[in-house]
Amino acid sequence: MVDQTAPVVLAGDRSVTARHLTWVLLVLLGASAIAGLAIGAAGTSLWRALSDLLHGHDLSLRDRVVLLDIRMPRVVMGCMVGAALAVSGAVLQGLFRNPLADPGIVGVSAGASLGAVSAIVLGAALPFAGTFATWLVPVAAFVGAWITTILLYRVATRRGQTSVATMLLAGIALTALAMALTGILVYMADDAQLRDFTFWSMGSLAGSSWSKITIAGPIIIVPLLLSPLLATGLNGLSLGEAAAGHIGIPVQRLKASAVLIVAAATGAAVAVSGGIGFVGIVVPHLLRLASGPDHRYLLVNSALLGAALLVLADLISRVVIAPSELPIGIVTAVIGAPFFLWILLRQRGIVDL
Amino acid sequence: MMLTANQLSVRLGRRMILKDLSFSAMAGHVTAIVGPSGAGKSTLLAALTGDIDYSGSVTLDKRDLAKASAAELADLRAVLPQATPMSFPFTVLEVVRMGRLRRANDDRIAAEALARVGLVGFAGRFYQELSGGEQQRVQLARVLVQVWEPVGPKGPRWLFLDEPVSSLDIGHQLQVMQIIQQFAAQGGGVVMVMHDLNLTSMCADSVILMAGGTLLHQGGSQETLRNDLLSRAYGCRIAVNRTPETGVFLLPQVAMAAD
Repeated sequence: MVDQTAPVVLAGDRSVTARHLTWVLLVLLGASAIAGLAIGAAGTSLWRALSDLLHGHDLSLRDRVVLLDIRMPRVVMGCMVGAALAVSGAVLQGLFRNPLADPGIVGVSAGASLGAVSAIVLGAALPFAGTFATWLVPVAAFVGAWITTILLYRVATRRGQTSVATMLLAGIALTALAMALTGILVYMADDAQLRDFTFWSMGSLAGSSWSKITIAGPIIIVPLLLSPLLATGLNGLSLGEAAAGHIGIPVQRLKASAVLIVAAATGAAVAVSGGIGFVGIVVPHLLRLASGPDHRYLLVNSALLGAALLVLADLISRVVIAPSELPIGIVTAVIGAPFFLWILLRQRGIVDL
Repeated sequence: MMLTANQLSVRLGRRMILKDLSFSAMAGHVTAIVGPSGAGKSTLLAALTGDIDYSGSVTLDKRDLAKASAAELADLRAVLPQATPMSFPFTVLEVVRMGRLRRANDDRIAAEALARVGLVGFAGRFYQELSGGEQQRVQLARVLVQVWEPVGPKGPRWLFLDEPVSSLDIGHQLQVMQIIQQFAAQGGGVVMVMHDLNLTSMCADSVILMAGGTLLHQGGSQETLRNDLLSRAYGCRIAVNRTPETGVFLLPQVAMAAD
């Protein structure tokens, strides 16, 4: 029988590595946040401001505005959006049992955009639009992302097995459809709505403000906090839906919650930042290479690394052609797209499933 | 103490895959389901484990399986599919631990289970890098840790196995059969789909012979694996317990005896 006394440390246990990684990522996130506060086009220095504060001087109005009302909300927004996209990617990949599922690639972000644009263009016609105008865009984006995710799952998964080819093709079709409908809405829009849409679609963190954060924040943070509850379920789901049920996972409830969490986090992130691609695929993939696919650690670490990477990407977008700015989506695509191709090259087999 | 299927039918589209099957399997026994390809063996197992919809009823120790929750069932029985492709690079240890999802993880049990299926030293290997037969034994270890004690606080636990030895070599086939028999001997129940009639006759206390979605016969292996029944089920002439005049032949029964 089993020896009760001997302590067992077996090979193949990566939980310690994963927990250490969490600390490393916390430090990385802290460092990126400080860099995000310290560096920028304006000549404001974080250090001078801090020393001013330490010596009991008041901050100049300019420093206060630059640090507290421009850079800080931008860093906070970067953290939220990055964490939301990376965790959405990890959850979506767990749900589809495939490392290529990314909200941007499989059409979830496009669905969210359609929702957001519908709210901008059609929202004015609604009777209560005046009161809820600020809430309408993120909520509509969430609904758009939700419908797309459910559709995608219905199409790509038969009898508990996901066909990767079908998933990617359905993603292309859904993206095309959502973009076409978005196009129709843009033609219907009047000048003011067109202006709103254009600013929104630039896909950057440039418009970050505390008021936007208070609106989108809860829709991002609540699903992020709930996502660890999915972890053991997603681990079990990698055995397939039937086997996951047999080890005691309530599979239907797990799938429904995963879809809701992805839709809320992606929807809100897209609503405030436009489409930022590839965070959801690069971050979980790197972390799986480093410490394994166990979702109990993967989800937390994805949130941290996603947040850190997006704050850094935003920093790059601000400084490369300062004082003007690159859209952050370009920065993440320039880094992310070759990475995606590299995954495809290395693991050709995963698409043939 | 038993699994009972009553008037079990499964329909896929317009086709009846299973027609009015009624049988029972005892805890403490190994029950094997045999029959030609397409007889509905795997469909029957899928119905018994709740993977597909059926009409009729399946009860496990008087508990209606259709009404039990996944968690409740996971405490009572474990299911081994024919093959389990996995999507992410889990290590063998991480896969085996999944069997303990609802219970306190104990790596001593995981190590012991890996030793039982002959995979000592495999804990740190990546599941995807293993051969089909090795993967199947990793999954068997996962299933074993789920129902580690054959009799639990709520009575006997059950193993449902879909062709547990089909991708294994003869040495490992015998090893796995021993594990299964031991589980039943300690009071657990085993229901398994089998292709190999020799191994079935060696290990099964009760054999269910199926053909064309119906139950042809259930009984001990002596009684079920008969020339007339087998010939009818498989649609070709079969003679049991006859040795060929020429050529080499090998029986697992004897491999075991030579041990």
